[in-house]
Amino acid sequence: MSEPIIKFEKVVKSYGNYRVLNDLDFEVARGEKVTIIGPSGSGKSTVLRILMTLEKINGGVVSVGNEPLWHEQGPNGLVPAREAHLRKMRKQLGMVFQQFNLFPHMTVLRNLTEAPMSVLGLSKQDARERAEELLQLVGLADQLQKFPNQLSGGQQQRVGIARALAMRPKVMLFDEPTSALDPELVGEVLNVIAKLAEEHDLTMLLVTHEMRFAREVSDRVCFFDQGNIKEQGTPDELFTNPKEERTRAFLKAVLEG
Amino acid sequence: MLFGITWDTSNGDLAFALSILPILLRGMVVTIQATIAGFAIAMVLGLIFAVLKSVPLKIVSWPTIVITEFFRDTPLLVQLFFLYYVLADYNIILPAFATGALALGVQYSAYMAEVYRAGIEAVAKGQREAAKALDLSASRTFTHIILPQAVPRVVPALGNYLVSIMKDVPVLSVVTVLEMLGVARIIGDQTFNYLVPLSMVGGLYLIMTLVASALVRFVDAKLPKRGLPFK
Ligand SMILES: Nc1ncnc2c1ncn2[C@@H]1O[C@H](COP(=O)(O)OP(=O)(O)O)[C@@H](O)[C@H]1O
Ligand SMILES: [Mg+2]
Repeated sequence: MSEPIIKFEKVVKSYGNYRVLNDLDFEVARGEKVTIIGPSGSGKSTVLRILMTLEKINGGVVSVGNEPLWHEQGPNGLVPAREAHLRKMRKQLGMVFQQFNLFPHMTVLRNLTEAPMSVLGLSKQDARERAEELLQLVGLADQLQKFPNQLSGGQQQRVGIARALAMRPKVMLFDEPTSALDPELVGEVLNVIAKLAEEHDLTMLLVTHEMRFAREVSDRVCFFDQGNIKEQGTPDELFTNPKEERTRAFLKAVLEG
Repeated sequence: MLFGITWDTSNGDLAFALSILPILLRGMVVTIQATIAGFAIAMVLGLIFAVLKSVPLKIVSWPTIVITEFFRDTPLLVQLFFLYYVLADYNIILPAFATGALALGVQYSAYMAEVYRAGIEAVAKGQREAAKALDLSASRTFTHIILPQAVPRVVPALGNYLVSIMKDVPVLSVVTVLEMLGVARIIGDQTFNYLVPLSMVGGLYLIMTLVASALVRFVDAKLPKRGLPFK
């Protein structure tokens, strides 16, 4: 395995007295496709949200590309990161949300060009070309003047994926990207994600309950339970031959449910 | 005689009413001007207060909270006198109309700040998160993501204040602004007929507030509910 692009070292996250992440150690290699599964409330979203800088950590160190995410180097060691550091680090990550979170007052095109123009400084023309390429990729090239509420859930989520990709992140985070969709729309979104998974350089971290899909696209599957990784391995190892009783119980419940 | 227009007191109420109508309309123009000026000041100042209140630095948010509380909890007349007489002591002399518009604007800005704040907070949390994930700056997020979605939500409430401001304009007559009610009182004082001019003021006010309400509903209907569009 090459050097990790993401590294959690003894990371603690609490809400009041409740520890959501409990001394979590977790690494993702450059270009690796990792799926996180586990029961509701086990801390899966929290891992992604910490990486996207939407949630602070209470202990430990998170690194992205060998640089601390939530800390920066002070004269006497690591100090909490300031906004300028977070803004720099965020550029390496993109996130796809369960509820899409598209900007409802902007057209599809504008959803895709807003950040590349205002953050990366792309010209209108360049941002538009980039947007059109990405919409082609997700199969929505003809929808660029629509508003989000004129699209189906599956189409909205594909726009959400394209919007994140427009920033050219090194790491893509997917938090249950198909959980809010009607069953018949799940496939079109998974197809797009599968296509992305073929990109060698892109690191992907995916939280999902779609076990069959996880098996197809991931290099590694991590089973989360009570704020830590209970078991991990290749999809074959984890799905065919789980060692932990908790993993077996979870898989049984999901596959039967 | 007022504004160079004379009234007719010898041919019955109808003739009297017709003769003072142009005078009252002059006053009505001032009332409308004061309403618009006060409303505009309140809209801008209210938004500034709403932003300052939400700044995560206590050194900024606390003074703003104190100031807006003060504006909200003191009578308009006190603020008006304060601006008109106290500032004059410090050689800041504002024309009566400007003073009146400013007093209206300041008082209502405190109310409007609350409306804006509620509208801003009502924008879904996921919108801020998506903006952050895309690395948008805080100011860009506010101006391009949050505010355009908050505006359609606050228009009806801001519109109600437009009517309230209009109904508060007569207070300005105490600092010599010749708005409609003040004009009517002068006519009454001079003709000993208060009934006709005051009834006319009531009627004209009714028309003005109905028009203002209709205008607000029209604007509200025109705004896309999903938020102001960006090209
Ligand atoms: N803002 C919050 N305040 C308090 N508790 C929270 C908050 N966000 C998440 N939690 C709690 O943290 C735990 C883990 O949440 P999450 O990471 O969303 O779990 P998962 O995605 O695995 O379902 C849950 O028990 C949840 O209730
Ligand atoms: Mg979750």
